[in-house]
Amino acid sequence: MNDMSMFRMNDTAAPVAMAAVAPAAQAAPDQRELLLEAIGLHTYYGSSHILHGVNFHIRKGEALGLMGRNGMGKTTLIRTMMGFLMPKAGGVLVRGQRMTGGPTHKIARLGIAYVPEGRGIFPNLSVKENLLMAARAGVDGQRDWTFDRVMATFPRLAERLTNGGGQLSGGEQQMLTIGRALMTNPDLLILDEATEGLAPLIVREIWRVVREIRDSGIATVIVDKNHSAVTALTDRSMILVKGQVVFDGPSEEVRNNPELIQKHLGV
Amino acid sequence: MDFVSFLIQVLNSLQYGLLLFLVASGLTLVFGIMGIINLAHGSFYMVGAYLAFALTSLTGNLMLAIALGLPLAFVFGAILEWALFSHLYKRDHLEQVLLTYGLILIFEELRSLAVGDEVHGVTIPELFSASIPLSDNLSYPVYRLVISVVCLALAGGLYWLIQKTRLGMMIRAGSHDRDMVKALGIDINLLYRTVFALGVALAALAGMLAAPISSVYPGMGSSVLIISFVIVVIGGVGSVWGALVAALVIGFADTFGKVLLPDLAGLMVYLVMAVVLLWRPEGIFKKA
Repeated sequence: MNDMSMFRMNDTAAPVAMAAVAPAAQAAPDQRELLLEAIGLHTYYGSSHILHGVNFHIRKGEALGLMGRNGMGKTTLIRTMMGFLMPKAGGVLVRGQRMTGGPTHKIARLGIAYVPEGRGIFPNLSVKENLLMAARAGVDGQRDWTFDRVMATFPRLAERLTNGGGQLSGGEQQMLTIGRALMTNPDLLILDEATEGLAPLIVREIWRVVREIRDSGIATVIVDKNHSAVTALTDRSMILVKGQVVFDGPSEEVRNNPELIQKHLGV
Repeated sequence: MDFVSFLIQVLNSLQYGLLLFLVASGLTLVFGIMGIINLAHGSFYMVGAYLAFALTSLTGNLMLAIALGLPLAFVFGAILEWALFSHLYKRDHLEQVLLTYGLILIFEELRSLAVGDEVHGVTIPELFSASIPLSDNLSYPVYRLVISVVCLALAGGLYWLIQKTRLGMMIRAGSHDRDMVKALGIDINLLYRTVFALGVALAALAGMLAAPISSVYPGMGSSVLIISFVIVVIGGVGSVWGALVAALVIGFADTFGKVLLPDLAGLMVYLVMAVVLLWRPEGIFKKA
């Protein structure tokens, strides 16, 4: 499982970078705890076969970019790992526990927070209620992310506490969902298309916060169309094409490989 | 109508409306949040009344019977949700109606087997058995006032629970987006079970409170069920606040309809519903 080098496209990469991504094969194995792992996932929507044997893993503190064009299976992969979808074959492990097909709330309680595409705020709750209803201590009892810290991180939300969730602008809604996910004190934050349809200024603020979250030691999975932003923010990148992993390696390699970008990510 | 008789009718309207609210609040929550049409909800009112009768015979005191019956009703609701209703969330309304209609028949049959088909009375607790004289020949029973006060307190409690507590926030969130609630680590099945059991307990409590004034009889759940659906529709599906306002409107319409327009008494409630729905097709309060 740890040997991901077989998925690499670019075998001419510097050995240093390879050591960072495929430690089991090259150097001392990465000792950090595996938070989320998928093995050979095959997921279907009705009769259409979306995931074709996807392997996935992320360790504590790691920042991972998940890229690919529309319809390649990124969201399906995430939704399968969150227990919303039952794969036809393959399995999902959360902190080493079998969690294939859910229950979703148990997966979340193992420290996995998910910010879905389209945001998923509760418009019938106020901003404050959206945040408070999610509050809880993390897996190790940590309460690093409190209501006050979320307010400090997103000052714009502090001004709109009594507004209904539905009255916020798109950018504010996105901040609210990220803030709400942080209120659960997760060890892994999965952001699916967090910047979709937002103005450049807002996008910059979202990335600033994501960097802050990453630097605080929370592992992140970032799904986004903007590959340069993703590779700048992450250590490792995965590229999905038609439900298969075609690249899994250092983000640096993606950044320095225009051919790879053109072939799998270019519009 | 002189002032004292008017006052008595106002108090009667309040008491009747508030009692209906207890039944309708659970119905609107289960309908609005879980999307379940529960025709058997009136049966919980009936079960409550019979529980009051059985437990009062056993303990000799209605208040003790309520103290025992309320947790029983809650547990009964939780078991029912686990065994049957939890399988209905993904089904369509026709299947829900079939199952819950079947439940009405089963509950009535079980009731008939267990306690027979006779009409029973339940005595008002001695503490509240007095009447307050309002004029030379008119008085108002303390027990009816007690019902109103208890129901008002519960309405306040329910408002607090739904609007101010985290449980309430989760319930409201769950009515909008179940998947997102799950993704935040909340066990939505447990949440639904709690709401359902709460609704059963409230309906049963209404039956227990009503037992001494309406007596306990077969089929008492059906009439309450129909009126409760009228209230849910008028108030706006899923809105507890709407159910309270609608229940009071119906309480007044029914009570004063019987006094002022006896010929139309049976129609009053439905006339009110028709007028409200012409004015606001989604009910007075849209979904909370």
